[in-house]
Amino acid sequence: MTAGTKKFNSLGVYAVLYLIFLYLPVAVLPLFSFNDSQYIKFPLEGFTFRWYEQLAGSHGLQNALWNSVKVGLSVAVISTILGIFAAKAVTRYRIKRSGFIVGVIMVPLVIPEIILGISLLMTFSLSEIKLSLVTVGIGHLMLCTPFSMLVLISRMEGFDKSLEEAAQDLGENAWFTFWRVTFPIIKPGVIASVLLTFTISFDEFVLAFFLAGTDATLPIHIWSQLRFPDKLPSVLALGAIIVVVSTIVIFSAEFVRRGGVQLTKRSNV
Amino acid sequence: MDSLSTTNKTSFFDKTRIRYRKSESARGLSLLSPTLVIILLGLLFPLLILFTLSFWKQDYVNVIQTFTLTNYAAFFEKKIYYLILYRSIKISAFVMLATVVLAYPLAYFIAFHVKKNKIMWIILVTVPFWTSYLLRVFSWKVILGYNGLINSGLEAVGLISAPLEFLLYNPFAVVITLAHAWAAVAILPIYVSLEKIDRSLIEASRDLGETAIMTFIRVTLPLSLPGVIAACLLVFIPTVGDYVTPALVGGPRGLMIGNIIQSMFGKALNWPLGAALSIISMVTVTLAVCILLGGFKFFRKKVS
Repeated sequence: MTAGTKKFNSLGVYAVLYLIFLYLPVAVLPLFSFNDSQYIKFPLEGFTFRWYEQLAGSHGLQNALWNSVKVGLSVAVISTILGIFAAKAVTRYRIKRSGFIVGVIMVPLVIPEIILGISLLMTFSLSEIKLSLVTVGIGHLMLCTPFSMLVLISRMEGFDKSLEEAAQDLGENAWFTFWRVTFPIIKPGVIASVLLTFTISFDEFVLAFFLAGTDATLPIHIWSQLRFPDKLPSVLALGAIIVVVSTIVIFSAEFVRRGGVQLTKRSNV
Repeated sequence: MDSLSTTNKTSFFDKTRIRYRKSESARGLSLLSPTLVIILLGLLFPLLILFTLSFWKQDYVNVIQTFTLTNYAAFFEKKIYYLILYRSIKISAFVMLATVVLAYPLAYFIAFHVKKNKIMWIILVTVPFWTSYLLRVFSWKVILGYNGLINSGLEAVGLISAPLEFLLYNPFAVVITLAHAWAAVAILPIYVSLEKIDRSLIEASRDLGETAIMTFIRVTLPLSLPGVIAACLLVFIPTVGDYVTPALVGGPRGLMIGNIIQSMFGKALNWPLGAALSIISMVTVTLAVCILLGGFKFFRKKVS
């Protein structure tokens, strides 16, 4: 018994140390974004909002932010729709060689992004497609679709197929069965997929770096700022905002997902 | 007569069933096809182009579209490419080892010792993963730098009089930064495979007199191997191609093949050579993965 509690303690201590390791670099961003000094070093100099004010006045930043939101939203919607189709196909139909086909769709997860980036760059250049936010979006779509499909497959596997069959037996056509039965049940999965894919696209740098042409997305803007020492504190301020916003998004995604689980449990009873 | 009609009936039934199955597969495929077509067009077709271009040749600003092995010959003639690829594999192997070894106890802790709110722990682990990759890497640069947080902190306290120089701009900084960046990717699959283990197997081993450590080595660890293997692959494969981290914290000694490939599309302007280096890297990574999987197979045999 004492051995058991002792083991728990040492593992627990390890877990806390590990979390500190994970959060240390994240904590640096907000801490020094309020520090009244050009240089990012100890000791802290005093409290200021000026780095945030500098951010608010930057046109390049606002442009890049807007670009990232546009790309992120389009990619999130399209990849989730593709994910819904694919997940329904995989979970509801017996398809020959479905393992192999799903494997092909999952390939982007195990290809280094730089290789995906340059292959797309070559393809666009040979087919004389001009680089723009659209080409960035196409790149992100490759990255996001497998994630969306994984999220939705696990959601669709979780609910009873007979609900759909009942609707069809009662005379609903395939489209209305989807809208009135399937969609409400998988909605938490859909929302989770939209949030996840938006976050991936919003944060993605490597593909955007190769495919963006002259339109900067937010990570490209950040990358360009990293070269100028006098811009660093405001980059930290931007980082702090991103940390806060993405934390809120992740927690609300989990909240939505939990709500969904409870809903299906209740309807099963 | 009677028997004939029943065989007829069953064969008719079978036929329609086969036809239904066929159409079921076809209907499923048609639902799957938009996703599949997009991946084929946006991924496999570009990879084919990459492969083709690696056999072409750069002539100043133009690419000459005739078959040549010049780019592959360049890789074997110039030692630098070979050495940097070797170094990238080595660094990624260290990153993989560090990430998985550090992540395993945490995944074990969440799976076996956390009773309530496991999901909360999982979220806690993944939050840093979803906050700007670039800024996390940059943050490590700030922490490890010459005038960085560790140095300025230690100086302020009075522990050191001059900044420590060995912290930043070397392979060690790359390994730490990447082990941090890919932590969540390693924890999740290991946690899932630990969670799946039937607890009665562990109890049985203990009841039969094995010590806690032997139980871990002979029962828990082998059963969690699928998660460990997944974690290894998901960390190793993408990090070989990473160029952001080496560019920010690696310095000249931490340069990786991704930086070379990227430069071929930037300053060096030699797309075909960049394509050839990419193909060679992918082949090398695949070989390394095969060796790794072989190693796991060997380990599993030895333990059982």
